[in-house]
Formats: sequence, C-alpha cells, structure tokens
Amino acid sequence: MVKICTGLLLLLALLSFSTIEKAPTGPLLRLSDYGFFQGKLADLTPAKGVVPYTVNMPLFSDYAEKQRFIYLPEGTKMQYDPKGAFDFPVGAVLIKNFFYYHDKRNPELGRKILETRLLMREKQGWKALEYLWDEEQAEAVMEIAGATLPVQWTDDRGKNIDLAYVAPNLNQCKGCHSYDGSFAPIGVSARQLNHEGQLEQWQQAGLLELPADFDAKNAPQLATMDDPNRDAAARAYLDANCAHCHNPNGPANTSGLFLNSPEVSPEHLGIFKPPVAAGRGAGKRKYGIYPGKPQESILLFRMESDDTGIRMPEIGRQLAHREGIALISAWIRDMGKK
Amino acid sequence: MCNMFKKKFLAWLIILLPGCVFGQSALEKQIQTQLIMAEDGAVITLPEGNIELSNTLWLDGKNHIVIQGAGMNKTILTFKHQLQGAEGLKVTNAKGIVLQDFTIEDSKGDLIKTQGVDSLVFRNITARWTGKPKSSNGAYALYPVQCKNVVIEYCTAIGASDAGIYVGQSDSVWVSHCTARNNVAGIEIENTTNAWVFENQSYDNTGGILVFDLPDLPKKQGGHVKVYKNQIIRNNHKNFAPKGNIVGKVPPGTGVMILATRDVEVYENRIWENRTASTAIVSYFISENPINDKSYNPYPAHIEVHHNIYSDTKMTPSRKNKLGLVFWLKFGRKVPKILFDGIENPDYLDANGMRKPAYQICIYDNLNGSFANLKADKKFKGISRDPIPYQCTF
Repeated sequence: MVKICTGLLLLLALLSFSTIEKAPTGPLLRLSDYGFFQGKLADLTPAKGVVPYTVNMPLFSDYAEKQRFIYLPEGTKMQYDPKGAFDFPVGAVLIKNFFYYHDKRNPELGRKILETRLLMREKQGWKALEYLWDEEQAEAVMEIAGATLPVQWTDDRGKNIDLAYVAPNLNQCKGCHSYDGSFAPIGVSARQLNHEGQLEQWQQAGLLELPADFDAKNAPQLATMDDPNRDAAARAYLDANCAHCHNPNGPANTSGLFLNSPEVSPEHLGIFKPPVAAGRGAGKRKYGIYPGKPQESILLFRMESDDTGIRMPEIGRQLAHREGIALISAWIRDMGKK
Repeated sequence: MCNMFKKKFLAWLIILLPGCVFGQSALEKQIQTQLIMAEDGAVITLPEGNIELSNTLWLDGKNHIVIQGAGMNKTILTFKHQLQGAEGLKVTNAKGIVLQDFTIEDSKGDLIKTQGVDSLVFRNITARWTGKPKSSNGAYALYPVQCKNVVIEYCTAIGASDAGIYVGQSDSVWVSHCTARNNVAGIEIENTTNAWVFENQSYDNTGGILVFDLPDLPKKQGGHVKVYKNQIIRNNHKNFAPKGNIVGKVPPGTGVMILATRDVEVYENRIWENRTASTAIVSYFISENPINDKSYNPYPAHIEVHHNIYSDTKMTPSRKNKLGLVFWLKFGRKVPKILFDGIENPDYLDANGMRKPAYQICIYDNLNGSFANLKADKKFKGISRDPIPYQCTF
C-alpha cells in the first residue's frame, strides 16, 4: 500500500512540477528535492550551507530522537535576539528529523526515521511543511493532513515499545509554533542554543550576527535535564515543554498559566492558582502547583495522563515522560521544604 | 507560482490521498486537508451522514470561511473514538467565520473551541455529549474565547461538564435562541464585555445562566452584560463538574448567578423552579478560592435585576452544597428568589454605609421576587430581607 501511494505521489510530483519552475522556497513534494542532504538521504549528511545544531532542553516527543539543521541561503546570516527566536533571513529553513533507534542501548543497530519537519522563512513569515519517510528510508514525501505511523523500538531499559506515532497535520504545527497568532520558530533562541560555544562558532563562520558585547556566560541559557540545580532544570523543562503555549503571547494564555522561563510571578506559574477552564483536566485537584504536594498539583496530573482530553502537552505526546515527571515532582516537593 | 500549484495540488490530493492513510478515515483526511488548504472566501461543506473522526478538525489563520453542514440532524461529526487532540473542531486566528447546520458530539475535551477569531457565527449547531451527563464529559460544548463580534444562535448544547455555551474573555457577543440543557452551567459569560444573552432556554442544568469575572486572566474585566427574555427553568441538576473547577461550586438549583462582575442587567426573564438560588449576586469570596491577582476586583457592582417572573413554588434547596445547606437552615423551603451575599467593598460605600450611585445593586418590579442580603461575611448572621436599599434604577 505504502509503495503504491509513494509511487502515485511521485507520479503526481512529476505531473505537478513539470509546469512550474523549481524555486528555492515554497513547497516541494519530496524532501530530496531541496538538496539539504548529500549522499544517501537517510544518513542526513548536511550539504553545503546546512548546519547542524543542538538545544539545551529538548521538547519531549514520545522519546523520539531528533536531528536538527539550519539552512541559510548563501551569504545570509541569523540575527541574535536575547529573548525570543533569532531573526532569520528570507529563504532560511529549519529542518528537524524525528527518528527512533531500533535499540536505544545500541544505536549502531540502526534507526528508523519517521518524519522531517521544515519551517521555512518566507517573505510573509514562517511556514511549516511536513515530510513522511517511506519504509525503505529512501525518501520522505510531503503530507498535509498528518498520519499515524506504527513504530517499535527497544528503550534504554531494554523494554520493547510499540507506539502509533502521530505525525502532526500542518495546523497542529501551528498549535505550538504560534506567537501572537502568527507562525514562529521556538527552539532557535539564545536560551536554547547557547551552549558549548555553538553561538560563537556560528559567528566565526559568518552565520550569526552577535552583539559586540556578547558574553555567553551572561546570555540566557536554559539548564539541561541533568543540571544539579533542580530549580533551574525544572524551569527549563517547563519552558521547553509547556511555554510555547503557556506564555503571555501564546495560545494557552487564556488559562493565565505562564510557564516561560524565568520571568513569571508565582500565581502565573500556577502556585496556589485554581484552574480556569481545565474541566476534567483539573483532576479534582485545586491548584496548578501545590507547593510540597506534587500529587495534589494539576501540573503533574496532566503530565502523567495519557487521556487525550487531559494530557499535556495537548499535541505531540502520548507516552508519559518518566524523567520529566520525576523532575517536576521533585521540584514541587522541594517547594514545600522552603 | 503558489496559487496555481496549490489548487492543482489540492485537487490531486483530495482525489488520490484518501486511500493512502492509516489512522484517519479517508473522509476525515479529506475534511482536514480542505480546512488546511482552504482559500479565503471558501465554503467547506460537510457531507450528510455520521462522520467518525479520530483527531481535532482545525481551521487556522483563514478569512471568510463557511463550514456548512447538511443540517443539524443530517451531518453528525462524532468523536467518540477520538485518539488525538482535545477538541472536536477548533478555529483559531481567523476572521469572518460561519459554522452552521451540523451536530458535533462526544469529543474528549471541548466540542467547538474558537480562539482569536473576529466576526464569528455559530448557527443551528447541536453540540452534545451523548449518554447521561457525567464528569468525564468535556468542559465546554460551544467555547469562543478571546473572540470578538460573536453570534451564537439557534444552537443546542447538552451534557457539558462545565458550561454548555461558554463565552470567555471575549467582546461583543450575542447568544440568542439557543437551548442549553443537562450541562453544569447552561450558558456562562466570563470575563466578557458587551454580551447580550436573550431569548434562550436554559433548563435542567445545575445553573442556568452564569455571569462571572475570574482572576489571573489576560482579559481582566467583563461587564456590560444583558440577560433578558430567557426561560431559565428547573436548573436543579446534580453538579457533575470535575472537582477543582469553579462551576463545581455552583449549587444545584441556581437560576442566574452574577459573580464579581460589574454592569450586568437581568430583566424580563422567566426564572422558574430553580430550587436553591433563583438569582444570586455574589462576590468571588463565596468561592473560597484564594485571590493572588492584585488587579482583580472580586465585588459585583452596578447590577440591575428587574421585571423578571419567578415561580412562587416552595422548594427545598439543595443540601449537597454548602450554600444550599445554609439556605435550608435559614429559610427552609422558602428561600428568597433574589440573593445578595452582602460582602461589601468599602470603596463602594458612602459615609452612611450605603452604596454610592455608580455601584448600586438595583432590584425592582420582579414578580414573586423576594429578596435577602445574606451577610455572608458575618457568617450569615443578621440576614436582612429589606428590599428598600435596593430600590433604584440606573
């Protein structure tokens, strides 16, 4: 079935593209059409002008691994922004590949890439595109309405996991990638990218314009998951996993719960804050965060649930994130000790 | 290049893709694709029939779109087996949207949520949870939030575990000719300005029509709300809201409740056989929730309740609720119809302890409209039934 469909789509591609000029931006049907990668596509070896990057605190996506790249048109640069996402030149593309190792304990046994998401900077703003990989790992084809992809892997404890992995539809992309109602990137911010000299290297390579007085130590930097400072790690976790919606300009601002790091008052952070429109998402608990009592905090209830009407984040998670739950529980417990 | 390409591409996709899917039905994928690819000005028609959906249908960033069903009893969108997303249908960041002529049911979260939409019509829609009302139903059936210029008319909302028709943090709203039943709150207007709620029927809910202002929200203050010519009948349903939600505190048997809102007029309604509180005017303190938001005003003021018709039936107030229990102890089966919690903001009072004109609560010309000031801040001691201080008009 998949083969037939891919074939059909390839045919469709030929028909469609025979009449249009191949442009550097705008939707192309196949991932390989862009030329972001050289050699075998599934190796994700970046071509010239495509730069890999990593973030401090990744978003949890059902334990999927991610490989991220930035494409910048030749001779262009990103502009540094201390608060939000960097400013990108028209034509830039953010490329994020989602995959699972067959066995997390032994990556050398290979992997299965499921999807590649593109965020393209166009004249009018950002646009999202979604590509789903075929079974042969030879090509990824554009998809609009999302899909459910069965996947199996062995996790870091040796447990076999079966998951109906959900690739988002294009509107769901915007469910998270939204700032004041417009499409926006999330992870390409100073606080996520500032680590191990990544920003300085880009500046040297002419890819990024840093302010003259830039000092990585004083620039925003999210903690990593294993940071010994638990408060910093927890706030970073909430920032990366919740604050794309839960910030004063995000789609979840209706709730008055803001989890962006670091500048938030205790009530907006959820401390002793009753729910507004959570419905059964409140789980009979009184407050977003009940200091000292994770099991009476709505935050934990929603992180632990696998019910689609309750769980948070709303999109992109079906499995509970054990490590995240442990971190936020411990953090809320700490609050009771102060 | 884009438009030509998009149209052609869309056409091909709709023809070819439905067979290439797992997880969603061909029809679901087709509808979702249409919503994503819709050109401004498009009419998206939903076919007749029972349409099973596995994921939220979502329209974002479009202008002047009509989502048109074949009729309330003909097009039925059902989310009984929803796998993803909380809402049934979601419309965000849009302008000029009309949703009409279909039924939508059984989503895991809200049935229709619209956020950041300017000029929006819900017309002739039934939004319901089937089966008995239960706390595992979603919170809101029709849920515009942060919208403006909203018309909700000829709609029916059933079974919401919070509010059937819930208008939150919006401006300029009409809710008319709708029916809300078997919800916790039938119709709720919250942190919303310029709302007219008229000629609706709200019955068999826990509370009929609620006008609330809540703290900690981006849109701070509602007001300029008119509730008139509604039938608010027998809202005596057990409160099945999940605990922790503010509507969970609404006593079964509430007709109209005005909580912490200013500038509200309730008139010419028929408020009939609501056993506990036919009309309650209360401050946020009655919720016993803490207030952290310093800019929040918890007191109701500038309220006018007039020319309503109350039933003179004697009814036992609900004893399942703290307030109801107090009423039972204080009034037995003769609970006054119009109740004010009596918690006063000192800034609203003049030297004689009377409300300054701009902040008055005015109650007059109601049929069977008996009154009590509950003195809730004095532990309900010294309840006053004197209506004279409230005989005023704006």
